[in-house]
Amino acid sequence: MPVPESHEFFVDPGRCIGCNACVQACSECDTHKGYAMIQLDILDRASSPQTIPVVCMHCDSPTCAEVCPADAIKRTADGVVQSARKPRCIACNNCVLACPFGVPKMNTGMHLMMKCDMCYDRTSVGKKPMCASVCPSQALFYGTRDEIERLRPSSQPIHTFRFGMQEITTKVHLMVRRDSASALNVGAAFRLTPAGDLPGEDPLLAAMDGGTAA
Amino acid sequence: MPSTDASPAFTERFGPHPSRSTGPRLDPGAVPDRAVNTHCCFCGQQCGITLLVKDEEVIGFEPWMEFPFNQGKLCPKGVKRYLQGAHPDRLTHAVAADESAPGGFRPIAYDEAVARVASEIDRIQRAYGPAAVGCLSGASLTTEKAYLMGKFARVCLKTPYIDYNGRLCMVSAAAANKKAFGIDRAANPWSDILETELVWISGANVAECAPITTDYVWQARERGARVIVVDPRLTPIARTCDLFLPIRPGTDIALFAGVLRLMIENDWLDHAFIRDHTIGWEQVAASVEEWTPRRTAEVTGIAEGSIRKAAEWWGQAKSSFLLHARGIEHSSHGVANCLGAIHIVLASGRIGRKGCGYATITGQGNGQGGREHGQKCDQLPGGRDLANPDHRAYVAGVWGVPPDSLPAPGVDAYELIRKIDQGEIRGLLSLCFNPVISLPDNAFVRRALDKLEFYAAIDFFLNDSARSADVVLPGSLHEEDEGSVTTAEGRVIKINKAIACPGEAREDWRIVQDIAKALGRPQGFTFDSPGAILEELRVASKGGVADYSGITYERLERENGIFWPCPAEGHPGTPRLFEPGSWNAVAKGSGPFYFPDGKARFVPAPYAPPAEVPDSEFPLILTTGRVVSHFLSGEQTRRIGPLVDQCPEPFIEVHPRTAEALGLREGDLATAETRRGRCTLPVRVVRTIRPDTIFIPYHWPGTRSANQLTIAAQDPISKIPEYKACAVRLFKAAAPSNGDA
Repeated sequence: MPVPESHEFFVDPGRCIGCNACVQACSECDTHKGYAMIQLDILDRASSPQTIPVVCMHCDSPTCAEVCPADAIKRTADGVVQSARKPRCIACNNCVLACPFGVPKMNTGMHLMMKCDMCYDRTSVGKKPMCASVCPSQALFYGTRDEIERLRPSSQPIHTFRFGMQEITTKVHLMVRRDSASALNVGAAFRLTPAGDLPGEDPLLAAMDGGTAA
Repeated sequence: MPSTDASPAFTERFGPHPSRSTGPRLDPGAVPDRAVNTHCCFCGQQCGITLLVKDEEVIGFEPWMEFPFNQGKLCPKGVKRYLQGAHPDRLTHAVAADESAPGGFRPIAYDEAVARVASEIDRIQRAYGPAAVGCLSGASLTTEKAYLMGKFARVCLKTPYIDYNGRLCMVSAAAANKKAFGIDRAANPWSDILETELVWISGANVAECAPITTDYVWQARERGARVIVVDPRLTPIARTCDLFLPIRPGTDIALFAGVLRLMIENDWLDHAFIRDHTIGWEQVAASVEEWTPRRTAEVTGIAEGSIRKAAEWWGQAKSSFLLHARGIEHSSHGVANCLGAIHIVLASGRIGRKGCGYATITGQGNGQGGREHGQKCDQLPGGRDLANPDHRAYVAGVWGVPPDSLPAPGVDAYELIRKIDQGEIRGLLSLCFNPVISLPDNAFVRRALDKLEFYAAIDFFLNDSARSADVVLPGSLHEEDEGSVTTAEGRVIKINKAIACPGEAREDWRIVQDIAKALGRPQGFTFDSPGAILEELRVASKGGVADYSGITYERLERENGIFWPCPAEGHPGTPRLFEPGSWNAVAKGSGPFYFPDGKARFVPAPYAPPAEVPDSEFPLILTTGRVVSHFLSGEQTRRIGPLVDQCPEPFIEVHPRTAEALGLREGDLATAETRRGRCTLPVRVVRTIRPDTIFIPYHWPGTRSANQLTIAAQDPISKIPEYKACAVRLFKAAAPSNGDA
């Protein structure tokens, strides 16, 4: 049974609290018990508790599959990009290096690329993925378009990303502010200047020194 | 002085060993024999969870999507909680102290252990009187067990000395709520957070200590609510808030007073509510006159502009929900801090209505139910008062004993330790309390416990305090017993048994009853199930403020919990307190609050600084707290491998400016030293903490314990210790701590 079309996956980094419930729960999934296929990125703990859950975005044209010399990575008809097929994967690491979102990881013990398959064992039988079920702050949300629009009136889902010259559309959506553009220019979103400078002063941090924070 | 750490031989035998998924827990083909809907064993939110059982072992979990509070959501502790069962450290038989045995304890038969506990209690009580034996119990116990412990102390042991670890948790909020509202419970269900336009969070690291509450707060924000966070650290819930007030630890009353003064100055008051539903306003209004924005800013360390903005938002809001937790409660003036919060709520008139609320976020699993039915030193079931003759007579009648036979109120948990130190208490029975890790100035606590003539502990692991015990009886894990608990919302819920106790381990209530029987005092301790205890508790609580008389297990399961008070089987329960026109057992229709006149009280809350403030010798402020992957003294979570991986060791958070002045860099070992002790830990240099404050999480024992440093100053009313502020100095360490403080 495929993943139902009516249900989609939404990631809202603004809600992430860095608790690792997604990572811990992912390793409880039957298809890869003991291994987490999601990772939690800590951006710059010295300056912020901001963290981001990194799941596979399930690209419409997956770069990982395109660069795979063994044709080991398949995208099923329902749009889910699967882990590398064991008999084919030659553990060359191309996919790991090429993915613009930094998702696939090499399981060196198994000589196999493993990644999030959107809890195929769960979503294909009508359950939510493990990470989106447990996520305490619902930074990871799985449900219908109607539900997300009702629950998140001040945000909007986007699924088009620009990495330099490469434009990618994905099955997984990222929640951004309602007034944002419909495609995310990834470099600009992280407020990196052309010279790679860090973002400007955070007003919340300035409050630590007695400034007004709002 | 020898190290305060456990010996290698002890650790080898009793842990903590981090457990990991193996066997059927790792086998995707394992088909569970059954799935049991129950709740998480950790914090006061009590998330619903389905445990999967195979061959009498919990092998995993499934999110319980239908339970209304969390709808499947779980934090990492809940996800990995199942790994506490079938654990190599699990006590499956009783042990007795024996220096010649590996780790210092040898196994003994259960019956022999119970007989020994009873004979020692009997010997000490015959020699020194009934009050020479004390009990410590806890708020992670089910309400049935908590009730039984209170009854056991008063009726079986006839000792006044019982208290519980809720003393370290929510007693300041409880006392303030009783003074202001006449009842100690969250005023609103969490669903009211979703309906509000302003959320004020004071001293609550919501994202790490009550993670599921985050979704309520951010769902409110999604619907347009603004969020104000008051905390000395920029916590994950503060990261995206609308207004962040980085307060100097221990100065919360000043902030609330400053806000109230601005509310008065700008006439942001609900005059009709104050006139019709409160008393004491004039005195409190006059008392905040001195709290000008400038003075408030000086004392709290918050910018004047931020204070004005907070008052403006709070003053002009149409609806609001104020939440607080240990950050304002763990203080030598914790009750006054909570009263300050209540002042700005009452002055706004925004309580008792949809979207208008106030609550403490109770910390422990049964922090609410565990503080209602008699394991507190001055309390009887139903929230009744042990010093009140009518209350004594009623409960004595239920228990079938003369009212005069009930002891007088005892003392708080820390004072109980002092009485051990002074030799007044010589025997101790401890259940669900780990005082050496969780009490402040814990070198003193260990010295006191080592003076006991006899110390018996009931636990499922051999906890760090019980290293000083003579006998440890093997108790039950949360999943090995049934019962009820009451959540932070005031919702009574059902805990279901998933598996049986292993080996000679027993349900805690059976062990307590076995001791009563071995003492030759079984009367009143012959319950055959937790359900039978609940039946008596329903009668004992009837007519009290915390009235459970309409609550049955069948209803709890069918209705997904019931909010107390629930005074009759046909009563729907009371999700929201203080609704206009509502009836309660104390006011009897004269008003919505739980006093005979039905009115809430403005109770003066004068400002006082923390008991110990920084000086030239100890120039910084130490504040302590939790991390998301560990719970309280860590006796469970430090044995669960994936949670240990997430946070293996404690650390010291320092602001970069302070770090630079001290020559400290990220990862350096630094020693934090107070007048009580010292502790050497790696440094995390972060700009998310005030420069005058350092933070250490408290979940670890021995030389890594933050409570080597904390001060045993206590609130005069609630007796809560001041974990959140004491004076400390910090310096670069040459080598790890070796306990020679």
